[in-house]
Amino acid sequence: MAEVLVLVEHIDGRVRKTTAELLTIARRLGEPAAVFVGSNVAQATDVLAKYGATKIYHSDSADLADYLVVPQAEFLAQIVAQSSPVAVLIPSSPEGKEVAARLAVKTDSGLITDAVDVQLADGKIVTTQSVFAGSYTVAATATTGTAIITVKPNSAPPQQQPAESVDTPVEFAASDLAKTARITASSPKAKSGRPELTEAAIVVSGGRGTSGDFSKVEEFADSLGAAVGASRAAVDAGWYPHTSQVGQTGKQVSPQLYVAVGISGAIQHRAGMQTSKTIIAVNKDEEAPIFELVDFGVVGDLFNVLPQATEAVKTAKG
Amino acid sequence: MNIVVCVKYVPDAQADRTFSVDNTTDRAGVDGLLSELDEYAVEEALKIAEANDGEVTILTIGPDRAADALKKALQMGAHRAVHVNDAAIHGSDAIATSLVLAKAIQKLDPQPDLVLTGMASTDGTMGVVPTMLAERLGLPAVTYASELTVADGKVSVRRDGDLASQTIEATLPALVSVTDQINEPRYPSFKGIMAAKKKPVDTWTLADLGVDAELVGLTAAWTTVESFSARPPRQKGQIVTDEGDGGSKLAVFLGEHKFL
Ligand SMILES: Cc1cc2nc3c(=O)[nH]c(=O)nc-3n(C[C@H](O)[C@H](O)[C@H](O)COP(=O)(O)OP(=O)(O)OC[C@H]3O[C@@H](n4cnc5c(N)ncnc54)[C@H](O)[C@@H]3O)c2cc1C
Ligand SMILES: Nc1ncnc2c1ncn2[C@@H]1O[C@H](COP(=O)(O)O)[C@@H](O)[C@H]1O
Repeated sequence: MAEVLVLVEHIDGRVRKTTAELLTIARRLGEPAAVFVGSNVAQATDVLAKYGATKIYHSDSADLADYLVVPQAEFLAQIVAQSSPVAVLIPSSPEGKEVAARLAVKTDSGLITDAVDVQLADGKIVTTQSVFAGSYTVAATATTGTAIITVKPNSAPPQQQPAESVDTPVEFAASDLAKTARITASSPKAKSGRPELTEAAIVVSGGRGTSGDFSKVEEFADSLGAAVGASRAAVDAGWYPHTSQVGQTGKQVSPQLYVAVGISGAIQHRAGMQTSKTIIAVNKDEEAPIFELVDFGVVGDLFNVLPQATEAVKTAKG
Repeated sequence: MNIVVCVKYVPDAQADRTFSVDNTTDRAGVDGLLSELDEYAVEEALKIAEANDGEVTILTIGPDRAADALKKALQMGAHRAVHVNDAAIHGSDAIATSLVLAKAIQKLDPQPDLVLTGMASTDGTMGVVPTMLAERLGLPAVTYASELTVADGKVSVRRDGDLASQTIEATLPALVSVTDQINEPRYPSFKGIMAAKKKPVDTWTLADLGVDAELVGLTAAWTTVESFSARPPRQKGQIVTDEGDGGSKLAVFLGEHKFL
């Protein structure tokens, strides 16, 4: 069976949930093999094996250490040439998409981005994408070269299927071009302690309607164990960090439940949340377009509605 | 300082966007405009050119109507424009688009010091053309810039990631894609609108670029849209008006749907 490469997403060897999802998808298409870039591969081995990676390609090359895009793409291209996989699955993060774009050019392959599903149908790899702000669903195939597919978080429930993972070290040296862009400074972001926005099962977002006071949104989110998002209006006003922005130029989320609070529902915001399973809105304007999307809506002032809802949730959860 | 900005003419996101019979984006039936996200790249180019005595060239690949996108950028203050227009390009994927953009940039005289693009188009929203273009041109690329400085033959970019905010440097010539956080695009002034009428716009075909028509367009695409379907409209939900019990009702809904 041909290999399917999965680019591992991790922080210092701690494998992220997206990788388990990608390995689960890879098993539908062929034999999953993980490609690990960076340090602490030993810490990742157990998880990768649990989700069925039959090989773990990795390199200790210092050229890969600072984790920039070009060396990663060169590394993947080298493995593609070596193992002739049927597909390469890459997480749909900004960095992942860049790696995928370079890999597609390097290997003369078709590229599909932001897949929300990948299946094998009649021997063909068929992807599902959600386009035009979530108003259409498209089925697509890559017809040339190795199918290179970036896959969004939450595209498959991770399923374990333990395999014997063969450690496969690779000799690698990056090109000179790979070293022409370099990170000269980096300041870590403060952690909120809440779930990761794109991975969370529940997201509660606040907009201009909060008037800058996100406390009620946060308290409600915490009662549900949810991630907190924001509209661009709230971000532009400096009320919430840009990394929490949901929408076309922010994060695209697809949780089980999305709660939009004090958000009108502009097309650019919808582009980031329209595919959520269940949608709730709290807005004091009954004409707000967000109500066209909702399963449940409350027309009212968020400063009255949310605290009451938070108390009721806490009571119900005991 | 010579700067080229790649801009795309896209269907208006406020209109009902759809597909044509050949499964490509419908660019005829829906009104189009300069992709809003490319306005940020045009603005940034103008700012850099103003500070460095530079020239800004706008480059687009698109059908006849894409000239509107060029016009808007020229009205904002760009100096000249290049329109690559060839029927054979219809239906091209990102791979082919990046090939044609690369050939067009290589034909520019003088060669650019800096190539700027938007972070993603508002129709395809792949956000991969900039990186592919850099790969083809052999240029260092920094994407998703939320701050950009050009000095001493280098670009310095601030990039906001989930885990950290980074500063990335690259030597010129380089390619940078910019986000909607980077600036506030200007509106064309009356003077700008009048001046734009006299600015040079070159139109190039694939033959002018020496690109084989077999390499581009729908039949050459390395990915195929097999089918598309409109997302079924959402069932009309239940809307309640808060009469002092809105929060409780919300919690009841959450309980009924097993979110608690
Ligand atoms: C190129 C481009 C990209 C963009 N990308 C994004 C993006 O990624 N994400 C995004 O979100 N936007 C994006 N936008 C902006 C988008 O068009 C809207 O401007 C934005 O989403 C509006 O944010 P909002 O809903 O919070 O504010 P508003 O539209 O001002 O809505 C505020 C809502 O709050 C309600 N409200 C006010 N007070 C209360 C109260 N006390 N209780 C309850 N409700 C209250 C009001 O009735 C109103 O409906 C983009 C725009 C452009 C041009
Ligand atoms: N047809 C085109 N002509 C010129 N520039 C383009 C074209 N398509 C994409 N671009 C550039 O590439 C960026 C990203 O586009 P995309 O990868 O399609 O999302 C856009 O913001 C433009 O700067």
